[in-house]
Parts: sequence; C-alpha cells; structure tokens
Amino acid sequence: MWVSFELGRPLGVPNDPAFQTRVLRAALELMDAESGPVLEDYPEDVPPELAGADFNGMSCPIDLPQPSSVEPGIVEDLLQEIHQVAPWYDLAVSQRGRTTVGISDLDMEQAARFLAGYIEDEATPAPRGDLTTGRLLKIVCEDLKAYYSEAASAQPGMSASIAVEHWLFNETTLGKLLWEIRNTRTEHEDDETRYFARRSLIPDRQVQYKGAKAYDP
Amino acid sequence: MARLKDLPAGERDLMMKIPMPHFDATPFVTGKPLSERRVAILSTAALQTRSDRAFAWGDAGYRVIPGQTQPNDIIMSHRSVNFDRSGFQQDYNVCFPLDRLRELASAGVIGSVADYHYTVMGANAPERLEDTARHIAGLLKRDAVDTVLLVPV
Repeated sequence: MWVSFELGRPLGVPNDPAFQTRVLRAALELMDAESGPVLEDYPEDVPPELAGADFNGMSCPIDLPQPSSVEPGIVEDLLQEIHQVAPWYDLAVSQRGRTTVGISDLDMEQAARFLAGYIEDEATPAPRGDLTTGRLLKIVCEDLKAYYSEAASAQPGMSASIAVEHWLFNETTLGKLLWEIRNTRTEHEDDETRYFARRSLIPDRQVQYKGAKAYDP
Repeated sequence: MARLKDLPAGERDLMMKIPMPHFDATPFVTGKPLSERRVAILSTAALQTRSDRAFAWGDAGYRVIPGQTQPNDIIMSHRSVNFDRSGFQQDYNVCFPLDRLRELASAGVIGSVADYHYTVMGANAPERLEDTARHIAGLLKRDAVDTVLLVPV
C-alpha cells in the first residue's frame, strides 16, 4: 500500500493513534484480497500543518554566512546551548516516557566536548576506543541531533519535522558545527570521515536549501 | 513513501534512477481471515534495542525487537539522514506500530501479535539483503507468523 506521508513517518502522524490505526487497518485488510498482485494508494494525507515543506524552487530566504573556522570558546558555547535545551529535553522525556538518545553511550557533555574538540584538532582523544573516528563522529552527531530534536519537538509550534530540522541546522551552535564538519571534511583522506561529511550528516533538503554542493551516494 | 515532488531534487533524481525490476511471475496466495492471522513487523528503519549493536555503514544484517521491549529501549542507528526521525522520537508507532497492532489484536481485528519483530537498514542494495530476508522468513515461520507488515521509512 502506497502512502503519501513524508519519509520516516509511514504511519503518518505521531501521537495520533486513530490516524495510525486507519492506515494500519487499510494495509492489513488488503490481506483479505482474493486475487493479486495488490497495489493500492492510501487516500488520506496528513493534516497540512504537519506536512513536510515543498523545497522545489526554494532558496534560502536570508543570506546565511558561510560557517567560518571555529571560533575560540566554541566548546563553551555548545555546552551552554545544551544547558539551555536541557529543560525541553527533560520535558520531552517525561511526557513520552522514553528517549532515543544513547546510541553513542556518551552523555551530552562528553559528546559535545569530543565533537567540538575534533573540529579544532583531529588528534583530540576519542571517548571510545572501540570505534573508528568516522563511526564515532556519526553516532556522536546522531545523539546530539536526537537530543536537540527531541527537545525542540516538545515545544509549541514545532510538530512539523521541517520546523525542527530548520531550527537545528540553521539556528543553533550545534548546527553551525555540523556544517563546519561538512564544509571542511568532504575531501578528507579517511573514507568513512569523507562519506560521513558528504552523505551522512546534513539532510539533502538542507543542502539544497542552502545551495551547498551535493554529493552522489 | 512520499510523493516524488515532495523530495529534494537529489533524492528525487536518485529515486528516478533506481531500476524497476521485472518479475516473470507474480505469485499470490490467499490465507486465513485477518482475524486469525498472527502479525509481525519488519521495519527498514535500522531500529535496535538499546543494548544491541548499532548498525554499521553497509550493515546488511538484522536486529530483533522482542514484543515485550520497553519503549525506552527502542533506538535507531540508520546511516541515512534523508528521512525524518523526529516523528519516531515523539512516538515510535509512526514507523514501528507495535502498540497499534496490540490494540487490533485486543479488538479481534487480527488474531495475535508475534513475539519477535525485525529491523534492517534499508539503505542497502536489495540483493545484499536477500540472505537476511530468507533467514528472517525462517525465524518468522518458527514464531507461527503468517502475516508480515513490511514498514519502510
């Protein structure tokens, strides 16, 4: 069964059991078909306020400065930002009874110190010795992004994925650091780090939005 | 699966280049009524339990999500950044509808929910996942599953 929902949300709407159940029942009821193959379009779209943005033809509406070399004190800036985000993250965890943060097994201060330290000096000691640098960068960044995303999506007016994503990549110190990695490591000599910077860090729609160079898979 | 027009140009171009397979045969079977079926989930979202191994890049293996897994123990280690994760972060049912299946079982719409569910990382060439798919199919049979809900992200 084909659905129109944005990638990542195949049941349509988070925290809407009725919507999800309609989708699920429509799919399962196809099992009662007496002949096939069966290919059906699900007729319902998500409410407009939750739909993803149409990026076609869009360009960045403001002249965002290209991230420059890391400024002194960026670690402290990132830690301060995490501290500011923390109450919303705590609220999100309390409301949802769960978190998706934890893939790196690091707390956010460890993750932040490693990420900012790595950008300044790649010889920064890794907090985990069992992973390659490329793998560690990936899971550290995913944990930080998840922490910010969970916090932001608990705030009023931030239920659409694009609202959270735009804020994270364009309005935060973390986003600035993620762009800094991408802008400085896409030709890195290490295969994993290069792949990570090109394809596994910044979503394509943000790359397109900012007019940055895209890389094929 | 979103509409192509809603995807960024790069993703859309990639999708358009994926060859469409041709099948010489399209096998079809009928089965039990839905109300008697035992249903499992197979997700491509690279979900895992918190204590399990993260999916590595190019990982064509699978992870098991036992039916009794607590919500806080389901996390994600997908390599792709080109699908939304904020929905999953708010409510895992938006891509792993385990609670919804349980409700349908309680209501008698389906027969039962499997004891084990499975996830793979979809950012792989399909042929690289064939051995994993066949292995999972064997495991599902041993769990008496006769219906699998394939949930791509």
